[in-house]
Amino acid sequence: MWRRIKSSQAFAVFTAPLSIKNPVSVLVLGICSSLAVTIQLKTAVVMVLAMTVVLTFSNGILSSLRKIIPKNIRIIVELIVIASLVIVADQCLKAFMFDVSKQLSVFVGLIITNCIIMGRAEAFALANNPWLSVWDGLGNGLGYGIILIVVGAIRELGGAGTLWGISVMPEAVYDMGYVNMGLMVYAPAAFIVIGLMAWLQRTIISDMRKGS
Amino acid sequence: MHLVSIAVKALFMENMLLALFLGMCSFLACSKNVKTAMGLGLAVTVVMGITVPLNWAIYAYVLQPGALDWLGIGAIDLRFLMFITFIATIAAVVQSLELIMETFTPGLYATLGIFLPLIAVNCSILGGSLFMEQRGYAFSEAVVFGWASGAGWLLAILAMAAIQEKMKYASVPKGLEGFGINMIITGLMALAFMAFSGVSI
Repeated sequence: MWRRIKSSQAFAVFTAPLSIKNPVSVLVLGICSSLAVTIQLKTAVVMVLAMTVVLTFSNGILSSLRKIIPKNIRIIVELIVIASLVIVADQCLKAFMFDVSKQLSVFVGLIITNCIIMGRAEAFALANNPWLSVWDGLGNGLGYGIILIVVGAIRELGGAGTLWGISVMPEAVYDMGYVNMGLMVYAPAAFIVIGLMAWLQRTIISDMRKGS
Repeated sequence: MHLVSIAVKALFMENMLLALFLGMCSFLACSKNVKTAMGLGLAVTVVMGITVPLNWAIYAYVLQPGALDWLGIGAIDLRFLMFITFIATIAAVVQSLELIMETFTPGLYATLGIFLPLIAVNCSILGGSLFMEQRGYAFSEAVVFGWASGAGWLLAILAMAAIQEKMKYASVPKGLEGFGINMIITGLMALAFMAFSGVSI
């Protein structure tokens, strides 16, 4: 059973974005939001959820419409489908997680212009069937998620000594003179952490290629 | 004086790119040389300067609760349509700018034209309009905010392109090349821009 899943095309499409085709650190897409919402782990996770849902649905919908969308107005069709999905996501966040949606502020709306969504729609959904496109959307959403969650965890731990709002740094460490790194919550740290992560990931990938 | 402070804030302290992270994708893709960066930066400034006030008008006269009083349906609240109307306005402005430029200023079109389609999905443009709504700016403030944010973006991408031209001669560790080092440079630039945060006018 596992072998059959593993050799299927959908599996390959789903797992590639998690590592060697990661949308953020390898293909350099969707950087804006990955920097802005990673001050805390919680906002990062909520953003990933919203993003993954929108990406999966937009890929699925656009892929099922791919035969009837006229080629020269496809960008506007894509934008309308994506914008409608983002409105739904935004309203759900406002209804069920009001405080997180306040913290995310404009960045939920900016999912519309996130290049991952347009990029996947153009590069994958319009050329493949809905089944594969949904897996591609899910995989890319989660690949984006891995980076966001790791960066969010590093920044929250470094900047406030907490994870998910719960204090995890032992008091003893503070007693020894450790101080929270205030810079972590500001913009520059986000750029630098992502840069270093891309370094790590690219080195691992090139080692993997050499090994195989 | 109040308007000057909005402008300075949008240019330096809350720079679209370095403090709010908007427009990163085109920033990273088009900062290889100063000339391209200048073209893209100018295009962003113009589009932002036009769309922010335009979206302000749409928000104030159509979307706001009670804005449709003149139609006799004042009780309606269309704010949930904000995203889709803003992005449609931006796409329309970009498209018509492209047409106008192609007809009247072919020279300018040759240099800026290729950047225009990129701009429709540049998050700093939509971000500018959304921030304008969130902060509740008045019309004059929206105009100043739009142009100053665009200029701030231009400033950041120009500085980045200049640094990258010099970086060609540096030997960067393999794996850090490209994306990695660019992010770190941007981080250091953001650090420098943070120094402005104490300035108040």
